[in-house]
Amino acid sequence: MAIPLRLRAAVSISIFALLLILPSCSAQDIQVVNAERRIDLTSHIIKVFLTLKVENTGASPASEILLAFPPTQVDHLAVVKAQVATGKRKKKTYTPLDVNPKELPDAPNGTKYLSISLLNPLAAGEAVTLEVLYILTHSLEPFPVEISQSESQLVYYHDSALILSPYHIKQQITFIKTPTTKVESFTVVDPTHRAGTELKYGPYNDRPPHSYSPVIVHLENNSPFAVVEELVREVEISHWGSLQITEQYKLAHAGARHKGVFSRVEYQSRPGHSGVSSFRHLLARLPPRVHSVYYRDEIGNISSSRLRLGALKSELEIEPRYPLFGGWKATFVIGYGLPLEDFLFESPDGRRYLNFSYGCPLVETVVDKLTIKVVLPEGSKEPSAVVPFPVNQYLEKKYSYLDIVGRTVVVLEKNNVVPEHNIPFQVYYHFNPIFMLAEPLMLTSVFFLLFVTCVAYLHIDLSLRK
Amino acid sequence: MVGKSEPINGTAKSQPPPSPLSPKSPDLLSGYFSFKSLKLKTKQQELLIRVSILCLVYILAFVTRLFSVLRYESMIHEFDPYFNYRTTLFLTEKGFYEFWNWFDSESWYPLGRIIGGTLYPGLMVTAALLYWGLRFLRFAVHIREVCVLTAPFFASNTTILAYFFGKEIWDTGAGLVAAALIAICPGYISRSVAGSYDNEGVAIFALLLTFYLFVKAVNTGSLSWGLASAFGYFYMVSAWGGYVFIINLVPLYVLVLLITGRYSMRLYVAYNCMYILGMLLAMQIRFVGFQHVQSGEHMAAMGVFFLMQVFYLLDWLKHLLSDTKLFQAFLRMTVTSAVGVGAVALGVGTASGYISPWTGRFYSLLDPTYAKDHIPIIASVSEHQPTAWSSFMFDFQILLFLFPAGLYFCFKRLSDATIFIVMYGLTSMYFAGVMVRLILVATPAVCLISAIAVSATIKNLTLLLRAKTKAPQSASGKGGSSGKAASKGSLDQSQPFQKNGAIALLFGAFYLLSKYVTHCTWVTSEAYSSPSIVLAARGAHGNRVIFDDYREAYFWLRQNTPPDAKVMSWWDYGYQITAMGNRTVIVDNNTWNNTHIATVGRAMSSYEDEAYEIMRSLDVDYVLVVFGGVTGYSSDDINKFLWMVRIGGGVFPVIKEPDYLVNGEYRVDKGAAPKMLNCLMYKLSYYRFGELTTEYGRPPGYDRARGVEIGNKDIKLEYLEEAFTTSNWIVRIYKVKPPNNRW
Repeated sequence: MAIPLRLRAAVSISIFALLLILPSCSAQDIQVVNAERRIDLTSHIIKVFLTLKVENTGASPASEILLAFPPTQVDHLAVVKAQVATGKRKKKTYTPLDVNPKELPDAPNGTKYLSISLLNPLAAGEAVTLEVLYILTHSLEPFPVEISQSESQLVYYHDSALILSPYHIKQQITFIKTPTTKVESFTVVDPTHRAGTELKYGPYNDRPPHSYSPVIVHLENNSPFAVVEELVREVEISHWGSLQITEQYKLAHAGARHKGVFSRVEYQSRPGHSGVSSFRHLLARLPPRVHSVYYRDEIGNISSSRLRLGALKSELEIEPRYPLFGGWKATFVIGYGLPLEDFLFESPDGRRYLNFSYGCPLVETVVDKLTIKVVLPEGSKEPSAVVPFPVNQYLEKKYSYLDIVGRTVVVLEKNNVVPEHNIPFQVYYHFNPIFMLAEPLMLTSVFFLLFVTCVAYLHIDLSLRK
Repeated sequence: MVGKSEPINGTAKSQPPPSPLSPKSPDLLSGYFSFKSLKLKTKQQELLIRVSILCLVYILAFVTRLFSVLRYESMIHEFDPYFNYRTTLFLTEKGFYEFWNWFDSESWYPLGRIIGGTLYPGLMVTAALLYWGLRFLRFAVHIREVCVLTAPFFASNTTILAYFFGKEIWDTGAGLVAAALIAICPGYISRSVAGSYDNEGVAIFALLLTFYLFVKAVNTGSLSWGLASAFGYFYMVSAWGGYVFIINLVPLYVLVLLITGRYSMRLYVAYNCMYILGMLLAMQIRFVGFQHVQSGEHMAAMGVFFLMQVFYLLDWLKHLLSDTKLFQAFLRMTVTSAVGVGAVALGVGTASGYISPWTGRFYSLLDPTYAKDHIPIIASVSEHQPTAWSSFMFDFQILLFLFPAGLYFCFKRLSDATIFIVMYGLTSMYFAGVMVRLILVATPAVCLISAIAVSATIKNLTLLLRAKTKAPQSASGKGGSSGKAASKGSLDQSQPFQKNGAIALLFGAFYLLSKYVTHCTWVTSEAYSSPSIVLAARGAHGNRVIFDDYREAYFWLRQNTPPDAKVMSWWDYGYQITAMGNRTVIVDNNTWNNTHIATVGRAMSSYEDEAYEIMRSLDVDYVLVVFGGVTGYSSDDINKFLWMVRIGGGVFPVIKEPDYLVNGEYRVDKGAAPKMLNCLMYKLSYYRFGELTTEYGRPPGYDRARGVEIGNKDIKLEYLEEAFTTSNWIVRIYKVKPPNNRW
């Protein structure tokens, strides 16, 4: 996970403090009894489900479990979520756990660690089952790098057959799910099996800590590699009852680059065979009760979009001006209005807060850099944002219609955003409703003055001659 | 308060007089005041009606131009406006200084274009000032919206100007009618709908402003009005090349006044002030520069200026010389010598090259056949064609009949002002006949003269109606419905038909005028409100189908080609490619270099290998052609192709028009000329088109724009490859392959 340095420093300081307080529990005191990893390669967003059964073999209780990642993977790590299952079958409840990056002094080959803080320290001899989900982006490397219109897209996936871990793993197994049955090649680390769309590595028994066995899977993946290189979402709050959202996209097809001819005849006449890795449509999930939706770019409106309004969610199907082949880009803007009462609330202490979803409304896309700008109404004070994950924050000023002092803008920036980041965040601020009247009053007074001048002009005789 | 108000008139008398016992009661006083102020005097009523009519006309002129925004979107239309938009964008982003010194390397590759020195900056500066003004007032508008609405805004302003002009040459009634007529006149709307961000949008305003101020100056003889007209002229020069019309019409008018013996001190002041100051100001525009003293088109104004001085001198001498005979002799001598000196100066200037000869465009105005024979590039533009009668009818409708009637009224009441409007009307009507686009220049004159006809006719008719009711009415005081009813009994029986005739004629006039309104609205909505970038058609089920292929292609260029890619296309699309595609073009709509355009025309009409050589020498990366064979879009490159051949052949005699024709006929099917079937344009337009079935029941490769099956279905490209074709095939872009390895 790419975490701003500042934050990383803060976290590491706190962890350092934690280490001082806690009795040091060395890695050898913990072992993984059973590990199962399922890697889903069906889209360009790679999801890995990891189930670890961890046992404390040492004498002192352990309060954290470490996950290890090779340095190449850690940069592409978008989300790591861990949860622990409690209770017996059928009555299982999952409790999410905190995951924080951690620096260890003697990491071999630049291995990076994340620590999962357990709710209750794991007592000696006890075992617990952890479920970890992590998401990797930009980890499918197209090969060949350039393809023509009629070819399908092949990609490399690099990983290790053995789970990288600072602990001893007794038994482990890895499943890789490919989108189609077409797999060009894969590294064999016995025992390795391939059946249909599933590739199985393992089971492997008794591997020491930091075991690593690189594998390469060369597979076909024609899912749309839709990457938003930059997304700026501007949320403008108007206390007159609406929330105006403007989203500026820089979309790219991050798959194998298109080479040579683009033939419209073939693209139109043989849609199944020609340009299989390209995509035409994108789906945006918008909140319900959305209104005045527009979809345009620098040179005007784009007429190819469809909006379906529903009670629970609205769906906007957009089509860029041209089909996107590998390496092609498109920029566009989506804007819409939302009723204010669905998103703006008053907190018990008199402050108002906006409760809005972070992340990109387009389904199955990666956002390399997401900037959310919350434009507060003119005259609001003391803004503060509450975001469930680390973001880079700062304030700006913006001048919109009839603004005199300018509006405060809370800017939240985050890199490498995936659909799992679509969770609400809050922005709190103080606002006096009297400011709502400022602009109407200004307009009325201007018109009043205009009429007064007209009346005065008609009634006053300024000529010198009488 | 009461003391300040006007003396009590008839209406106030009807009010019961306030009781003398409580005269200071404030309630009563205020009640009295409000009651009085509600009842307006006739003059105030007239003012109110006039102002509200003008306000309505102002709004109407703006609103009627918004059809395209409502039907499509707020976008810039057509070709030239895209250049204006691009330069305005540059101006607002980089500031005036950068704009003035802008060397644009994105057009006319590899020559480039000095934008600041080769454009009329009036429009861009106006839009930028509007934009900055609105920004200053904290209206967070986008520059595109300002540009789209500039033309309607100036059209609204023109209506106000037309009112004042009409008032100046005739009366307020004519002014009001003129404002209303010009607000919806299709001849003007065609160039000023929302989105048509072109020079003409502000230039017609500037033109009318200059004329109005000049007429005002001539009427008053005031130096300040002359000064104002000079500034009006400066604005016109900065906005549009059509200022040449002003600088020739005004001297012509002055000359006519001199000949008809209407020379006056007023005229002398007005013309000299306007000419000298206007000339000096106009020299500040870099594109115009010293043309006022160096170009043949501007010499008439200078000649008249000197003539004016001679006239003044003679006038003065006439005072000194008491002997008429002596004066006559002197007069003859001076006039001959003055004319002689002028002619010699002109001759020497022209011969030595100091005074440039007339440009082709100017020639083609005086001789409509000139361009066709000598300058194909001017003749190839559809708006430079001679006007058909139907387009006169289309653009003016009843004004065409009202125009002669108005001329009649003008001649009946000749004054300096009416002579001016008559001359303006007649000359501009001639030019409108020569070139379609100059209908625009004629429109204000036609509207004003027609307004005089309408206003004078209706005034006469209503006077006829009112004359009879006047005598009995005078007793009952204020005219009202009761007065009319009372007068009915005592009608003068001697002229019954005259009154009925007047009523019938009035109804006829209103019928005609209402027809005019419906016609104008219909024309505006049907003919002049399509952006021509987005094409709309009706689908099989009556639904609206949008072809947005142009923007699809331009946006593709913008996003997916290298930023320094050079695109070759016919010059029509140059401005759009640079503005929307943001890529370098070889030629564009500023057709300043005929040879360069001819080179592109030559490449398009050569065989592929020859064309490849030309394209390599021009460093071309992409070739863009417009093709309407799939959709039936008729203004595509194949239909323009003969002009490319002609323009190319005009410079490079290798290209011969007959090679592309069969028995003088232009065809693309099997019977087409072999050179036609294998030239680059044909190949690029029809590449792989032979595999496509466009219409049910037709063979593959059926061209819907020309209604034939194409003659060459097996097209192989050797030096180019298809890079992109839009969804309806309207725009096709090809990539020029790099040369093969030499070993």
